Amino acid sequence: MKPFTYQRADDVASAVAAAAATPGAAYLGGGTNLVDLMRQNVERPAALVDVSRLPARIGIGTDGRLWMGAAATNTDVAADPVVRRDFPIIAEAIVNGASGQIRNTATVGGNLLQRTRCLYFYDTGARCNKREPGSGCDAVDGHNRMHAVLGASPECVATNPSDLGVALAALDARVHLAGPAGGRTVELLDLHRLPGDTPHVETVLAPGELITAVSVPPPPAAARSAYRKVRERASYAFALVSVAALLEVRDGVVASARLALGGVAAKPWRAAVAEAVLTGAPATRATFDRAAAAALADARPLAHNGFKIPLAQRVIVSTLEELS
Amino acid sequence: MNADPIVGRAVPRRDGPAKVSGAASFTAEVPVEGLAHAALVCSTVAAGEITGIDLTEARSAPGVVAVMTHHNAPAIRIAPLLITLRGASFTRAPVMQDARIRWNGQPVAIVVAETPEQADHAASLVRVGYAPAEGRLVFDDLKVGAPQPDHVQGEAPAVLRGDAEAALRTAAARVDQVYRTPWHTHCAIELHATTVAWHDERSLTMWDATQAVTHSQATLAEVFDLDPEDIRVVSQFVGGAFGNKMMWSHQILCAAAARLARRPVRLVLSRSDVFRVTGGRTRTEQRVALGARANGTLTALVHEATTTTGINDGFAEQCTFPARVLYGADSFGIDQRVVELHTPANSSMRAPGESVGSFALECALDELAEQLDVDPLDVRAGLEPAAHPTTGKPFSGRHLLEAYRLGAERFGWARRSSTPRSRRDGPWWIGHGVATATYPYTRMPGGRASVTLSADGCATVRTAAHEMGMGTATVQAQYAADHLGLPLDRVRFEYGDSRHPAAVPAGGSAQTVSIIASVVAAARALTAELLHLAAPDSPLAGAGAGADDVEMRDGGLHPRDGGPGESYAAILRRAGRAELAAEGAASPPTETAQHAMHSYGVQFCEVRVHDVTGEVRVSRWLGVFDTGRIINPRTAASQFRGAIVMGIGSALTEETIFDERTGRVLNASLAEYHVPVHADIPPIDVAWLGHPDPMAPMGGKGVGEVGMVGVAAAVANAVHNATGRRIRDLPITPDKVLGL
Ligand SMILES: Cc1cc2nc3c(=O)[nH]c(=O)nc-3n(C[C@H](O)[C@H](O)[C@H](O)COP(=O)(O)OP(=O)(O)OC[C@H]3O[C@@H](n4cnc5c(N)ncnc54)[C@H](O)[C@@H]3O)c2cc1C
Ligand code: SF4
Repeated sequence: MKPFTYQRADDVASAVAAAAATPGAAYLGGGTNLVDLMRQNVERPAALVDVSRLPARIGIGTDGRLWMGAAATNTDVAADPVVRRDFPIIAEAIVNGASGQIRNTATVGGNLLQRTRCLYFYDTGARCNKREPGSGCDAVDGHNRMHAVLGASPECVATNPSDLGVALAALDARVHLAGPAGGRTVELLDLHRLPGDTPHVETVLAPGELITAVSVPPPPAAARSAYRKVRERASYAFALVSVAALLEVRDGVVASARLALGGVAAKPWRAAVAEAVLTGAPATRATFDRAAAAALADARPLAHNGFKIPLAQRVIVSTLEELS
Repeated sequence: MNADPIVGRAVPRRDGPAKVSGAASFTAEVPVEGLAHAALVCSTVAAGEITGIDLTEARSAPGVVAVMTHHNAPAIRIAPLLITLRGASFTRAPVMQDARIRWNGQPVAIVVAETPEQADHAASLVRVGYAPAEGRLVFDDLKVGAPQPDHVQGEAPAVLRGDAEAALRTAAARVDQVYRTPWHTHCAIELHATTVAWHDERSLTMWDATQAVTHSQATLAEVFDLDPEDIRVVSQFVGGAFGNKMMWSHQILCAAAARLARRPVRLVLSRSDVFRVTGGRTRTEQRVALGARANGTLTALVHEATTTTGINDGFAEQCTFPARVLYGADSFGIDQRVVELHTPANSSMRAPGESVGSFALECALDELAEQLDVDPLDVRAGLEPAAHPTTGKPFSGRHLLEAYRLGAERFGWARRSSTPRSRRDGPWWIGHGVATATYPYTRMPGGRASVTLSADGCATVRTAAHEMGMGTATVQAQYAADHLGLPLDRVRFEYGDSRHPAAVPAGGSAQTVSIIASVVAAARALTAELLHLAAPDSPLAGAGAGADDVEMRDGGLHPRDGGPGESYAAILRRAGRAELAAEGAASPPTETAQHAMHSYGVQFCEVRVHDVTGEVRVSRWLGVFDTGRIINPRTAASQFRGAIVMGIGSALTEETIFDERTGRVLNASLAEYHVPVHADIPPIDVAWLGHPDPMAPMGGKGVGEVGMVGVAAAVANAVHNATGRRIRDLPITPDKVLGL
């Protein structure tokens, strides 16, 4: 681990000011991902600005949206009674991730910005365009069982590992930012970027920009929802694939549908084409099959991850059947 | 002997309170004055030469005390191998003596600094240049025509009886399949840690997390050309070892670096170092072919296995051993091969050989049972041999049929469906599987122990043995208390220090009986000393007074013929002695010369396999074991359960992934190498028969490893029963289950 300085910020303004004033600074949430990466010499920040004491409130705002402070712990969000009642897939996604200890420490902001689990990214002995731009990608022709089938590029085939992000993607969440140039809001679906030929640029955040909160509109009242995650180990493992779905069926017809996939792309993947197939169609197995096929129509397998395509389709179909 | 024996009681662990309260001090925490800390720099290529090492930046990093590479390392001789019984190493690779690279992850430099963080950081600043060479890395390319090893754990690599291939061709029923298991890593929770303090140029103390105290002492003496008497090795608590905490390069490097730095130095391996610097269990590729008559008896049993080693390193993992002992057959075709790869030397990992070998054999038997439409337990029972099937030796004690019967009843085996893919609970397919377990009994030569009596009537047993969490201190105190005829709270057991009499490594499930044999010898010597002291005024004086004429009971010596005895305390008091000590060497392990001695068991399980996702969850487990006398049901049950947990890991999740282009371990962390978590493990029921083995000291046969054997096969067989799919390639992941 490279030596670094540490300071704790008491409010958003001082956090942003501290980061702007210190070259090579990184924000520190719970540290469950960043500190690991620092210990592996993958991340080498010169300074840490601890934002884990920033606002962590969870509740319904005057705008009727659910607001979660970026510093809220994953455990607090998953245990919140309002979240559990009105946004159950957020709680489900969280408790299906990591371990109790990690969730107690991990924050909402850190969870969304956690880095990929690509094994070559973690190993400074390997070539990785994300870690070292231009060095090559050892995963494309290497061990890529956990890698992306959607939206990847020849430069990078890594996945985004967050479960929470998948639920938030299905819920049309927004991410609220503060930066040296002031505050702004981005759609969660626009937060992460696909790798293209700049896989080291993972989000639309400008340097020094801080996530202050995440807000979520209330889901359609009649929609049922579920978060399904597949993994060989029963807990404490990242998704092979995961599915977040909301389905509203009226008189046997799909009135509205939202579908997001995890473990398949460099970002939480919203399957908009599949939603179009579903909306207005009879809520039948045949429709769900077509939707699942549409969701993965653009998928491109690598040598070891081809199973993710049919696996995701199976999980989509069974989740929709369960919700219909 | 105690009239009401302590052996057999569920005595709580002696180390429990210290461990639960944090008072137990592990190697990485031992306080040493003036301590500096080390970190390794490891190669990132698998083969070739170091062309240059730039230490400029590292040397000027804050806190750096010394940096050692092959340029300034002292002369270090090759460490003796574990198999020689003199050492504890799996590798013959020179330790930082030349520019050659033998595997990806080989230490090429060690940095010593004031704090662990400074050492770590400075290590990241060492720049190493390599001229990589083409490595031997692709198993599938190299396995063809792989050579036979000289031996497999001292036994012949091949056992050929009759013409098994011919018998196969004409068999009424035939299974002929290839099974594969991946490289595994031990993943003890405690990282490997070593602390070395030199007292002068020729003497040192090493605190080490090891399962081979005496052999580490011998190794250090040999590699640094020192007198073993001048080396002290201490290992009080070890947080899991599983066969891996033997002698690797890191202890030697730590000692060399401490000499160079002229400071005590501590080296704690990082988790990725553990994966890359030390070796795990070899991958295997195994063909099992069974030829059978319609009644299930075998006309042919073929088991051919190919495993890997490092370059001129490691050992041929004995995966064909179960096939040599478990079942009768008219002909045998057993053969082992090894492929040398540019990887760390493979090492022993819990139930080496038997665990992965039984996966192949026990799955094949299940396939045969299916073909014959016979209950898989009945097929096994029908193959029970009268004597060891490949050596002809009589069994010292073997009660497998009883274990099958007891297990079947306790598990409710008869209620399972013999038709695959026929039971369902919602989206979960339910299946049941069974497999047999066996593990050889061994007792390594060379153990010693001392027993010291004090005037207050207490005894202290000392031996340089190991407590890695399995309960050594507890069960040995129980045994010694009975043997000496003392209450349990009057017996101390001291271990983990090379100043105590030499011990064998804790391996091969052999430590418990080996220590017992040493204590028996020490107690006998002590009896003679006591009689000598007692004469002529003691009530014992009249009693023929040979060691055979008296017994140790009720806190003293008593004539066997019933005459008056005398307490140890009284004998010492009268002789004016504060203490009396005697040391003994375990008798040579001759019991295996005439008899086939093995532990046995049978594993039953229920699995649930998700129809949509292919996820496998184990929902019920029973293991029934025939391991001789059980000293402590509590610690033995933990050993069985822990081994079953490890077996479930090997069945469903564990795989060390090598990049075959670079020979590098990719998932070198506990986040990515998946050992089971609590949610993967159902309540585990264990039972044992408890028949003492007539040939083993105290009738015990070792419980540490047999519990892992058969586990992966039982899971695979249950998955087949649940889904109709045979997975012959571990681990059994959802994609394989669904055939995607
Ligand atoms: C073994 C293991 C298993 C896991 N399994 C799962 C799983 O199954 N599913 C899952 O979703 N996750 C899993 N995780 C990951 C875990 O959820 C993340 O580590 C955690 O959510 C990160 O949160 P943190 O607050 O600790 O982030 P940190 O480690 O503090 O930070 C992560 C990144 O976010 C940045 N950051 C943090 N806060 C802010 C902010 N407010 N604004 C801007 N940038 C910020 C940091 O600079 C850093 O780049 C697992 C982790 C481990 C170690
Ligand atoms: S997939 Fe992406 S993260 Fe992984 S090695 Fe390639 S560039 Fe790096």
